[in-house]
Amino acid sequence: MTGPVFPIILRRMRGPLLAVITAYALGMVVLMAIPGVTDDGEPWRMTFLHAFYFLTYTAPTIGFGEIPHDYTDAQRFGYLVAIYLPVISWFYALVTIIGLVQDPFFRQAVTEARFQRQVRRIADPFWIVCGYGDTGALLVRSMTDRGVVVTVVDRDQSRIEDLATRGLRTFVPGLYGDANSTVTLNAAGLNLPNCQGVLSVTGDDHTNLHVAITVRLLRPSLRVLCRADHRSTAANMASFGTDHIINPFETFADRLALAITSPEMHRVFEWLSGMPNTPLVERPQPPKGRWLVCGYGRFGKAVCRQFDRIGAEYTVIEQMPERAGAPDEGTIHGKGTEAVTLREAGIESAAAVLAGTADDADNLSIVMTSRDLQPDLFLTARENQLANKPLFKAARLQLPVEPSYIIATRMLSLITAPLLPEFLRIARGFDRSWHARLAERIREVSGGVVPDIWTLEISESASPTVVDLRESGHEVRIRHIAIDPHGGGEGVNALLLLLVRSEGVVPLPDMEVVLEPGDRLLFCGTEDAHAQMNWTLFHRNTLRFLVTGEQRPDGIVWRWLARRRNAA
Amino acid sequence: MNLEKVVFGFFILLALTLNFGFVIGEIDNPDHHASWELFAAIIVNLIATVLKFGERTQIGAVLLAASLVADLQLIAAAVLWGVALYGTEVGLTPMVMASIVSLAGGALVANVVSVILLIIETVKIHR
Repeated sequence: MTGPVFPIILRRMRGPLLAVITAYALGMVVLMAIPGVTDDGEPWRMTFLHAFYFLTYTAPTIGFGEIPHDYTDAQRFGYLVAIYLPVISWFYALVTIIGLVQDPFFRQAVTEARFQRQVRRIADPFWIVCGYGDTGALLVRSMTDRGVVVTVVDRDQSRIEDLATRGLRTFVPGLYGDANSTVTLNAAGLNLPNCQGVLSVTGDDHTNLHVAITVRLLRPSLRVLCRADHRSTAANMASFGTDHIINPFETFADRLALAITSPEMHRVFEWLSGMPNTPLVERPQPPKGRWLVCGYGRFGKAVCRQFDRIGAEYTVIEQMPERAGAPDEGTIHGKGTEAVTLREAGIESAAAVLAGTADDADNLSIVMTSRDLQPDLFLTARENQLANKPLFKAARLQLPVEPSYIIATRMLSLITAPLLPEFLRIARGFDRSWHARLAERIREVSGGVVPDIWTLEISESASPTVVDLRESGHEVRIRHIAIDPHGGGEGVNALLLLLVRSEGVVPLPDMEVVLEPGDRLLFCGTEDAHAQMNWTLFHRNTLRFLVTGEQRPDGIVWRWLARRRNAA
Repeated sequence: MNLEKVVFGFFILLALTLNFGFVIGEIDNPDHHASWELFAAIIVNLIATVLKFGERTQIGAVLLAASLVADLQLIAAAVLWGVALYGTEVGLTPMVMASIVSLAGGALVANVVSVILLIIETVKIHR
């Protein structure tokens, strides 16, 4: 029995069913007890069959006439009881059922049971997303677009109902419930063997923390990716080994610092971690001059820490410097929305303004005022609500800060391309010209949109043809699997970013490297290239043709014939 | 003392006693088996079944199953009686009567199981 739905119905229907049975029994007794007279004057009584039959057709009030003989008045008098009792009891049963269906507790039980059935029916590996707000919605959309199966938990019922109307590529079961409760997480599939991990992106740090620790304790082997808006939460999560903790502000501050110090690398970063199939954007590079940081909250602090690290100049504008813990020296008191404050902070000599308060209206106001005062400033503002995106777009910022976008893209690349963070970390160590070349290559293969990123493993299950050909004595090089078999020797639109082998990790390896079992390769490129590569990896003759240049007959019979011919 | 428990025990016991009362007597002699008693046994059994609805314990589930078996057997006996008497021209021959009573006898076994389970449950609670 799934869920408590069936017992609830039975328990509620106990009263009405007892009433129906008793009414029928009493009715039958009355019908059979009163004697009647036939037309011939013979006395008669109803048998059990007649009584039950009579009740069956009078209970739903569709009288049939008096059978088998006309009744005497005494009979009619008694039969009134036998007619009304069952009717009333049926009515009672009907009302109870209607009441039950409208009962919110019962409805909740029904939806929960349905959700659990849907989750248990999932055959593929899937992820649980906790929180379906701005970030969750973005995340779920991009995951389903990439064919990842997800289940969703949110505390807000309207958001779950929203889920069905989003037109997602695959069906996503959603449960209205508190992610803090283990029961809810288990209902969402935490205890199922094909659950891959949990992404906790609720707006509440404590809930995210709770989810992380729950998963760590109940399913230590699962991956947990968590959003943490506060540094203390992030430290707490890290203390018990949460796989990935994403603090949107720290992430942005880190990227901003990267953009200032090595703009080419930042471009690569943006392209590789963007939402797939969105246009590749060329953002103006942030200037190296002095920044005005409006708002010294979590966001402002994160940015200032990075500025300190890279030695960038900045001035803080904060409404309540004491409470925010802003540095005493050089902090301007105010909101930054008025020209006076901005002038006081020296906007004439500043190169950039960062509006980082927790209020979207204030941020927009800061940006517009700044532009009035100094039209060629580099402007960036924090978007707090995804609903305000059109406004920020209209404000034509050089660099918008969308926490939900940052979190969603980071999580997406972590689960679809686990090698990507490793590659980006290695790439940071190279010099500027290397970055520029890399950016150029990515632009060439991606065709103007954010490239698809995928990981390829050389193994029996993931790339059977490579293993096959190796066993028959051929050397399969990286070049071979990246050729388009229909393109006359041209490569597919894909770029090999990283080769991971037990001996070491090689960024942008040589295409002549011979593949070995256990290799892991990180590619970026178009969706078509991805599909073509998968074809090559699973179609023995295509790869054989690409490696040896010979066209082979395929199929078991042809293979057998070829073997015979060779033997002869 | 809990009234609900009294009612519950009452109906389960009554189902057994009525059933027993119907079955006892020469198996193929219609004079020894009153149709009223079968009727009462069916009604009381149905009520006992409904009372067992919604129990989510293991013993509650087995109790419900035993009751459903008794219902099935008793209703089959009643249908057989009705068919023999009204549906066909056979009438209450000793052979038909023996079938009816043996069906009811099966129900009796199920009712005995019910009562045993009830006793076990009671004993467990009091320990």
